[in-house]
Amino acid sequence: MSRVAAFGRFWWDFVVGDDWRAAAGVLVAIGITAALAAAGFAAWWFLPPATAIVLWLSLRRATNPKAGG
Amino acid sequence: MVEALTIVLAAGVTRGWRSALFGLGAAVIVLTAIVAVLGPALTLIPISALRLVVGTLLLAFGLQWLRKAILRASGFKALHDEEAIYAQELAEARAAGREERAGMDWYGFTLSFKGVLLEGLEVAFIVVTFGSAQGNIALATVAAAAALVIVAAVGVLVRAPLARVPENTLKFAVGVMLTTFGIFWAAEGAGAHWPGGDAALPVVLVFVIAISFASVVLLRHRHVTLASA
Repeated sequence: MSRVAAFGRFWWDFVVGDDWRAAAGVLVAIGITAALAAAGFAAWWFLPPATAIVLWLSLRRATNPKAGG
Repeated sequence: MVEALTIVLAAGVTRGWRSALFGLGAAVIVLTAIVAVLGPALTLIPISALRLVVGTLLLAFGLQWLRKAILRASGFKALHDEEAIYAQELAEARAAGREERAGMDWYGFTLSFKGVLLEGLEVAFIVVTFGSAQGNIALATVAAAAALVIVAAVGVLVRAPLARVPENTLKFAVGVMLTTFGIFWAAEGAGAHWPGGDAALPVVLVFVIAISFASVVLLRHRHVTLASA
């Protein structure tokens, strides 16, 4: 592995970690929050439950024996 | 920091304290430079954009910590065993060949330097993100330095890995705090306005604690069900 690839891999592991879908879920949830705010709606309520759902789905994947971790 | 202490202790005991302490010192200098360069650079970004970036990073990073802590607390992941890690580090350090450079054992220096740098990056990340989002990097740095001094002092006193530190409880608390601030700042950065302003932060904290404990309870039940199946 080249040094650049190793450097990129380190930062990916550092910020994203084991479950890239959780990080993608966070980005989607923040995007929806921004869209709600831009459209003039109250947006503060969206991110906490969205985070709870992202966390729970990630935990389900990690503990599902059929998914293999 | 507890993991970094374990590595420095293993390097010091097996390879000599001089090289281990030089490695520790070099890593602290690099970490200080990272905070000194990144911290002021981040304060140049407008506060709403900064909170969006910092909030997003903290939320992604915090969920990683919280996820691991919940999996450990519910029995799906083994608890961190500092004594086992220390024994493994000792065995590897004893087995490695000796190479002297500039009067220092190179293996001991590298082991200590890499361990402290990699573990310390998490601390530097938290210092830079929290400090810049609140406009007070100096205070965040002092708090991190105080924690470092306490861990180092305890390490010097006991001369053993800190196996009695309730590490998963601490990591659980850190995960909860990172996730809470991540939600708060990311939403603000995205243009949302919290009812009551900063007073909403404790409410978000209580929410994150509640979902974390509920997850532990549900997963413990699931673990027992899977184990008995």
